[in-house]
Amino acid sequence: MSFPQPKPEVPQLPQNLLRTIDCQQGAVRAVRFNADGNYLLSCGSDKSLKLWSVSRGTLLKTYSGHGYEVLDADGGTSYQTQSQGWLTLEIPFISTDSYDNSQLCSCSSDKTVILWDVATGQVTRKLRGHAGKVNCVQFNEEATVILSGSIDGTVRCWDTRSRKFDPIQILDEAQDGVSSLKVSEHELLTGSVDGRVRRYDLRMGQLHVDFINSPITCVCFSADGQCTLTSSLDSTVRLLDKSTGEMLGEYTGHKMKGYKLDCCLSSKDTHVLSCSEDGHVYCWDLVEGSLMLKLPVGKAVVQSLSFHPSETRLLTAMEGRVQVWGAEPEETEEEVVVVQQEKA
Amino acid sequence: MASDSDSDGDFVTFGTPLEPLEEDEPLRKPVPLYEQTVKDEKGRYQRFHGAFTGGFSAGYFNTVGTKEGWTPATFVSSRQQKAGRQNARPEDFMDEEDLGDHGIAPRQITTTADFASGRKDVIRDKARAITSLSAPIPGDTVLEDLVAPARSSMGVELLRKMGWKDGQGVGPRVKRRLCKQRADSATRAFGSASPPNGSSESQDEEDGEFVPENVTFAPKDVTPIDFTPKVDLHGLGYRGLNPLAALRGGPGTGHINLFTMDSDRTNSLFGEDRKGQRRRGGVAGQGFGVGAMEDDDEDIYHRDIMSNYDTVLGGEEPGNGLYGWTAPQQYNRKKKDHSKDAAYLGKILEGFTLASDKLETKTIFPPPNLPRDFRPVHYFRPVVDLSSVSPMVAQALQTSRGHMAQEEPSKGGRHQLDSAQRRELLGEATLQGPSSVFDLLKVEDRERLSSLRRPSSDTSSGPRQPTPGEARAAVVAAGVAAAAARASAQKALSSRFAPHAEQQQQEALSVWSGPTAQAQTGQTFKPFERTPHKQARYDLYIDQLKQGDRDALELSLDPTMTEWERGRERDEFVRAALLYKPSSSSLSCRFTRGKQDDGVEADTVEVTRDQENDVDDKQAAVKMKMFGKLTRDTFEWHPDNLLCKRFNVPDPYPGSGFVGMPKVKRDKFSVFNFLTVSESPTASASPAPQGVKPSEPGKRSRWDVSGQAGDKERKEKDPVSEFLSVARIEASGSGPEASTTDGPTTDPTVEPDTEQKEEEEEEESRPSMDLFKAIFASSSDEKSSSSSEGESEEEEEKEEGVRSKAGTGPQISNQLNVNTTQPAPPVSTTPSQHPDILFKTPSGPAAAPPPRDQEMEEEEFGPRLPPPSSTLTAERRPSPTPSAKDDKHKKKCKEKHKAKKHGKHKKDKKQKKKHKRHKHKGKQKKTKKEESSDSSSEGSDGNGQEEGGGVSTEELLRRLKSIRGKNLQ
Repeated sequence: MSFPQPKPEVPQLPQNLLRTIDCQQGAVRAVRFNADGNYLLSCGSDKSLKLWSVSRGTLLKTYSGHGYEVLDADGGTSYQTQSQGWLTLEIPFISTDSYDNSQLCSCSSDKTVILWDVATGQVTRKLRGHAGKVNCVQFNEEATVILSGSIDGTVRCWDTRSRKFDPIQILDEAQDGVSSLKVSEHELLTGSVDGRVRRYDLRMGQLHVDFINSPITCVCFSADGQCTLTSSLDSTVRLLDKSTGEMLGEYTGHKMKGYKLDCCLSSKDTHVLSCSEDGHVYCWDLVEGSLMLKLPVGKAVVQSLSFHPSETRLLTAMEGRVQVWGAEPEETEEEVVVVQQEKA
Repeated sequence: MASDSDSDGDFVTFGTPLEPLEEDEPLRKPVPLYEQTVKDEKGRYQRFHGAFTGGFSAGYFNTVGTKEGWTPATFVSSRQQKAGRQNARPEDFMDEEDLGDHGIAPRQITTTADFASGRKDVIRDKARAITSLSAPIPGDTVLEDLVAPARSSMGVELLRKMGWKDGQGVGPRVKRRLCKQRADSATRAFGSASPPNGSSESQDEEDGEFVPENVTFAPKDVTPIDFTPKVDLHGLGYRGLNPLAALRGGPGTGHINLFTMDSDRTNSLFGEDRKGQRRRGGVAGQGFGVGAMEDDDEDIYHRDIMSNYDTVLGGEEPGNGLYGWTAPQQYNRKKKDHSKDAAYLGKILEGFTLASDKLETKTIFPPPNLPRDFRPVHYFRPVVDLSSVSPMVAQALQTSRGHMAQEEPSKGGRHQLDSAQRRELLGEATLQGPSSVFDLLKVEDRERLSSLRRPSSDTSSGPRQPTPGEARAAVVAAGVAAAAARASAQKALSSRFAPHAEQQQQEALSVWSGPTAQAQTGQTFKPFERTPHKQARYDLYIDQLKQGDRDALELSLDPTMTEWERGRERDEFVRAALLYKPSSSSLSCRFTRGKQDDGVEADTVEVTRDQENDVDDKQAAVKMKMFGKLTRDTFEWHPDNLLCKRFNVPDPYPGSGFVGMPKVKRDKFSVFNFLTVSESPTASASPAPQGVKPSEPGKRSRWDVSGQAGDKERKEKDPVSEFLSVARIEASGSGPEASTTDGPTTDPTVEPDTEQKEEEEEEESRPSMDLFKAIFASSSDEKSSSSSEGESEEEEEKEEGVRSKAGTGPQISNQLNVNTTQPAPPVSTTPSQHPDILFKTPSGPAAAPPPRDQEMEEEEFGPRLPPPSSTLTAERRPSPTPSAKDDKHKKKCKEKHKAKKHGKHKKDKKQKKKHKRHKHKGKQKKTKKEESSDSSSEGSDGNGQEEGGGVSTEELLRRLKSIRGKNLQ
């Protein structure tokens, strides 16, 4: 840390329900913040992708063009530089100058990846090539490459800049379907059903394979880029050291046996959150590994979750609804006001 | 044409002149026909439109355009100059080629069509015919060919000037009468060619009426074309043999000319002058030859020349001299009428004409004679299918009717033929793939079907023949059934004690002799391609298998080889046959072979160079939550250059040619593959002997793995060592792959419990190393290695001695000796023991394979981390709560070892006979074996007790060792 923290903040947890959005698009398969956290994307099982305003809960746009249920979407990575410090955390978008919120990508069970134009809702590009349904999709830092992981065991790197429809590279090292995928500045983290987390280091030209021995459901980079978080079907979330592969923490208590559920880190890497099949979101302290919060979302399985890139805000998806959780209930009103003022 | 222009002195060269030959130049290779091209002077390819007409090349590749495309003449507005608009001439669209010598519009001065003699060819033809007749050598027109007249000679020009016209004869003009007479005399003189018109006299008289006195005619020249339609079936111009001419001909008529046109022509041309020439005295003709005094040689060999036959349609109209075929209509018709009228008897009444065509007489056929017993009533007999009727009835029917319906299906018309028969009749090639549904059925089903059918087919033993396909299928099915029955019986009888190879042979036989295998025409797989002799033997073996030969294997092996070699090859063949047994042809016809079969490289597979470490170790590590080094593998990975660019990252491997993980080529059919395969059926135990591969742990989808995970979780409560052992058992039980492909990793966390075990580990790994070196070293090394091994053996023995002194317990060390020394002697003595050991070691209690693999890995990729302490596996037996799986595995192992031991005894005996030198050792072995077998029984007993628990650890250890020793034997 180059600078001392100005004031030791008490870590807050998103324990208050701010809003419930009924998405009207069947079951919501995934919910994602966009890069700056002002909008959210919900992937519906009715083949549609919807863009919502987080603060108001209004529908902004519906993107239809997929042939089957949408499984994942990305509006750009909320990229955080790997240099530690509050500065970069405070202003995470400085380095993502090339990213302009103009494009979305989504993947679907119809084996395609679609690049959308945000404003018009038109399909900019439909990328075919996967042999099975595409589980996860992610932009790279500059939104020049779309990376998609599929049940066919491959990760395909699609070029958004060229007119070619062939992927730049196909990463077929996984022996089973790729369930999750994250991109950092020069790294690619994939989790596969073969129980391995693979980290492709483009800068070093190396592939690191961590054996977890249980189908991986979700992988994440920590905000500081030093750790990886993996959740697997043995109902365990593990925090691994990125460079050595050693386990730094293990978080259990939730239930993850059959569903591909998400996990994530809080925006300041203070907490680990994971969906659970028992209708809760579990929130552990990162360092101590103790369960801090068991957020009751509903009766069904919490399908997906997404943490706000900078604030204490959480999105959860259950059945057809998306819920927005915040640290304090009244804060939202303030924010709305602020937004309105800005607009005026 | 060429010769014509030659005579004009205007030379035109065709083609390219030959290059002057240089003497010292070597002969050039002739340009092959397909490379010979014809080009015009511009280098364009000459295209021949119509192979026989010469063809020509127009424009740019026969288009109106050029290479750049079609550029029309620049448009010039013609509004102002409408009047002066010029018409395009054909020449505007011609290029120099067309205007050249051989083009369609040559610019040379040539005779135009107006002036060219249209009859030129006819005249020449005639001249040729005449010369052929009159020349000293008949038919010789060579001279005439050489000295060809000019196209339009001066003579012709002069003649024209003099008033001669084409089509007229040359000579003084004659009166009509005279002309006719001359013609008559000519016909009389020739005789043979006299047309059969009986009314020439009267015709002449009639004609005379019309001939004015003062008119002369040019002599006749033309042979007008006779347009009478040809209604008969004779050849062109054939008139039939005139009996008069034939009889009268005598010796002079060598050629009885049935085609009279030539003679007609000569008649008309030569008139009376021909007469003398034609009639020659002397004896001539066939068989007489030519006398020395004879001044002419007529057609003595009765050579019929083509000039005797006309090559054009038509001929001279008989008796018509005056107008030819273009005569005025009234003359023509009148003459015709006359002839006809004259031919008719009696006078025709006025107002009537003679019918032009004959009235056809009606032929009346008499009605057929009815048979005496004919009854004008018909009834239909029922058609009976023989196959569906009992033989008695069939016979009755047969006797009653004399014949049966469907007596012979092949004669029953094309609808009763089956496709195979039709194909045979049509001579078509056999279709690939199954010929009938029957072939697609399983063997058992087929057998059942055939057994069902058999009674029915027996009853229809009469003339009905089964179709060839059915017959074959039935035979094969029977054979297969027999084989299967035998195999199953054998299995039931001696599943434990019979040598496994026998079973495999049976399997191979039953697999390869199936109809699907026979349907496969070309055997695609050649496992021993590198050694052609071996491949040939293998092919022979497969062929004999296909024929259902029982002892195919023995027949196909080379008798000159040594016993050991043969034994080895036998195993290999059986294994290869089982491995590459024909897939069902219905499947195989869906796939096409790869276009390019790249010889040697076909034997290799691309494998990622860096193999992942042992999964079992990782699993164990994960269970212990020992993430880090144990669970991490780092590989070299090459990102695509473009990907690096997009990520704003410099390419880590600039200039590397490939992307992804580095690959290496490895032998597809290496010895190791065979080794592992041979073990797979035994490992998966006898109930599934078809070589069913156990499911691969790596590829299996594990989304629904919860049950398994639960199992694992249950086991999680056990101590660390238990984890490892369980993992190992799983690995060894789950299939050969896990144990062979993945090398072991270090297990630094796992510390050997006692010093004893350390020792054991050392001793365990060492002999196997020697052993495998001896086996896998190239043959050239063998001698030296064997000698050195003798030494090492001695050393070992010494060491043993030392150890037994220094060791903790004499008993244990003794048994260790059993472990170590046992495999070594056979290596040094004779190679015949190799396979035995080879196949035994992997079957050992999961401890043996890792060291061997390590060996392999080391050889290929350099040294690896030290192997995991295989001794730890020893603990799995005395483990307090052995799992059910573990137990089962143990049993299997025991069975296996029993069988192996059985085989081993046999071999030992054989060996003893051969090598008396090692008798002593053999004895030693024997005694040890007895010992070990005793201890094994003890051990098995102990196992029973084990479950009860309450056995001291030392005891357990000892028992374990004894079991191990037994296994290694």
